[in-house]
Amino acid sequence: MPRIGVFVCHCGENIGRTVDCARVARELGELPGVAHAVDYKYMCSDPGQRLVKQAIAEKGLDGVVVAACSPRMHERTFRRACSASGLNPYLCEMANIREHCSWIHEDRQAATAKAIDLTRAIVEKVKRNRPLEPIRIPVEKRALVIGGGIAGIQAALDIAEGGGEVVLVEKEPSIGGHMSQLSETFPTLDCSQCILTPRMVEVYQHPRIKLLAFSEVEAVGGYIGNFEVKIRRKARCVDETKCNGCGECQSVCPNKKVPSEFDQELGRRTAIYVPFPQAVPNIPVLDRESCALFKGRAKGFKEDACGKCKQACGREAIDFEQQDSFVTEKVGAIVVATGFQLYSIGKDQPTPQLKGYGEYGYGEIPDVIDGLQFERLASASGPTGGVIKRPSDGKEPKTIVFLQCIGSRDAAKGIEYCSKICCMYVAKHTMLYRHKVHDGRAYVFYMDIRAAGKGYDEFTRRAIEKEGAIYLRGRVSKLERAGDVIKVYGADTLSGEPVTIDADMVVLATAVRPQPGIESLAQKLSISYDAHGFINEAHPKLRPVETSTAGVFVAGACQAPRDIPDSVAMASAAATKVLGLFSNKELEREPTVATVNESLCTGCFHCERVCPYGAVERRELKDGEGNLNKVAAHVNKGVCQGCGTCQATCPSKSVELQGFTDEQIWAAINAL
Amino acid sequence: MATEETKAFEPKIVAFVCNWCTYTGADLAGTSRLQMSPNVRVVRLPCTGRIDPLFLIKAFERGADGVIVSGCHPADCHYTAGNYHARRRFAVFREIADMMGVDNQRMTFSWVSASEGNKWRDVVNETTERVRNLGPFTEYQSLSRD
Repeated sequence: MPRIGVFVCHCGENIGRTVDCARVARELGELPGVAHAVDYKYMCSDPGQRLVKQAIAEKGLDGVVVAACSPRMHERTFRRACSASGLNPYLCEMANIREHCSWIHEDRQAATAKAIDLTRAIVEKVKRNRPLEPIRIPVEKRALVIGGGIAGIQAALDIAEGGGEVVLVEKEPSIGGHMSQLSETFPTLDCSQCILTPRMVEVYQHPRIKLLAFSEVEAVGGYIGNFEVKIRRKARCVDETKCNGCGECQSVCPNKKVPSEFDQELGRRTAIYVPFPQAVPNIPVLDRESCALFKGRAKGFKEDACGKCKQACGREAIDFEQQDSFVTEKVGAIVVATGFQLYSIGKDQPTPQLKGYGEYGYGEIPDVIDGLQFERLASASGPTGGVIKRPSDGKEPKTIVFLQCIGSRDAAKGIEYCSKICCMYVAKHTMLYRHKVHDGRAYVFYMDIRAAGKGYDEFTRRAIEKEGAIYLRGRVSKLERAGDVIKVYGADTLSGEPVTIDADMVVLATAVRPQPGIESLAQKLSISYDAHGFINEAHPKLRPVETSTAGVFVAGACQAPRDIPDSVAMASAAATKVLGLFSNKELEREPTVATVNESLCTGCFHCERVCPYGAVERRELKDGEGNLNKVAAHVNKGVCQGCGTCQATCPSKSVELQGFTDEQIWAAINAL
Repeated sequence: MATEETKAFEPKIVAFVCNWCTYTGADLAGTSRLQMSPNVRVVRLPCTGRIDPLFLIKAFERGADGVIVSGCHPADCHYTAGNYHARRRFAVFREIADMMGVDNQRMTFSWVSASEGNKWRDVVNETTERVRNLGPFTEYQSLSRD
């Protein structure tokens, strides 16, 4: 016979006013298996907890039910009290007779009857509770950082400085991300590369950071503290161990007309190339699509059409036969920092909804460019050496019109959000332009100016009041090529007048969107993302850098549009979380996870299909001689979060969620 | 006489709710002192995904006149997708229940978030009222062996 103790709390007057607590205790005391039942004014107070502890010791209780407030309030308190008296904390539960009873009813008789029912159900459940021990998991003190932009760089450096090991994976040939493409940064106008490239070199040289550039995450297995990540190292056709970055291969490559991704296609590169001079690692990549040799091979040429780079390489680093290779890394934590892309409003779009904006002629009128292209035009390392020249004829534009909110805040395009950085970088662009072209006119069409941030409003005001940018509140309906100029048809809604401007160049501040492929990465990591593809944080306010999967953190613009200071702050926050995780030798987790009765399991694996966490594994059961008996489900305790969907799905009822077993729930229902 | 008896009838309703949204929403209703009918007994589970349709049958067998199943809104599940599995499961179960002679009117399926104390009160009151009008459900109870 079980020996359950029932402790009914008055919560001062809160419960006692509507529930006859003494009667609840009396009636529960008559229940078979209840060895002790009392009521008390304040159960959570020290004397109240002492009552529980004493009863456990004196009456030899093997289960405790506290009928009081919500378990969300005080379950931990009472479980700790039980633990202190040597009773397994999972043998203690609460019946909620305050929030779910006394506070919502006035009829004393009905409320008392309900309180008795609720408590009896919990007593019946607790009779069937089993002692549970917290799950301990070892922690691999190594982190994977996905994305080598400023957020990834910051996170990697912070983790490495804190003593952790880091594997930094970047899909492009070089780290640096979008920040390396920028000319100057708001609101200080300091040179982006000047502040970024030393950090990139630090990453490269750090003894605890392993940089895997031109690589992508292929598969992720495991769980917090114990992830196993398969990484694809894409073939560069260059042996990284031999190359010394001399650049001879680039200078002899005959194809010098490939549009440069780094220069947003405003500049040209060779087929074998380093994206930009300060690239880290400074090792070239052979772009097979543009290489004469590979194009020849694809056409079935018997002899290789080229091979100049290989001949030029003094270190024999070039290997045309190189294939993608795979490495597996064991890590304890993962930081996702994959950044953003600019919404390119050209004709080709991944979804029909994103199509449109034909009236702006992007991709058709060569002098209509986007914000990132303007950064490259203004950058000293850009295709024009920092001289503002328009793409069509290289002329210095005397009038530039900047259009804000292209795509952003446009529900018709499914992008309802504000891209956050555009108001600031457009103000910066007008200044950079006017600093270089003193007689140039910079017009800005805006919807609202959103310049919240330290020094931000001062910065936009400076553009308008001191630097001569002309701000017009309104939208532009059409851009039209007319001879040498682009006719900009807009409206100034403050004066109520239509405006037509003859512009030499138009710059579109297009929306910030997450990187393509973010969904498939998120699925590999079992983390959730929103309708736009931005990674969801675990809680929008209180857990901003955690994700729905324990041990996976998020930083930077892959979570929402973010500027550099925000991304860096978030990356440091994620690094702190990682280091906090690494400060534990072992992790302790709630033992309310599912376990499989392997002898009952029929191996249908419905559980595997419904598990939101991929916690169900297939385990081969063998007899003493090593012959396969059957394949049964097995729940990985490190991955299971305890939702119990598997149990409700299991046809043979062979999986049980600890703390919420069928037996326990049946007993509770029977008692109601 | 018969009508008087129906009026005096107080239904017993068992609610199966998830820990993270509806249980917390019901807590909020309590903290906000929202008065509601005392006919509903809450059974707390981690997720609606854990709720086996047999729980509902069992509740009817043990004398419940109505049941409520409630969890996180779609896309808000604490466990990412448990509520979607529950939604599919109960979409099918409604049909089966109908076939088995359980009036669908006796079952409420709803989403109540942690911030919807008001909605929880409405779910409780509306279900109680609806089941009260339907009268007692004794068919399953009489099948029970004990």
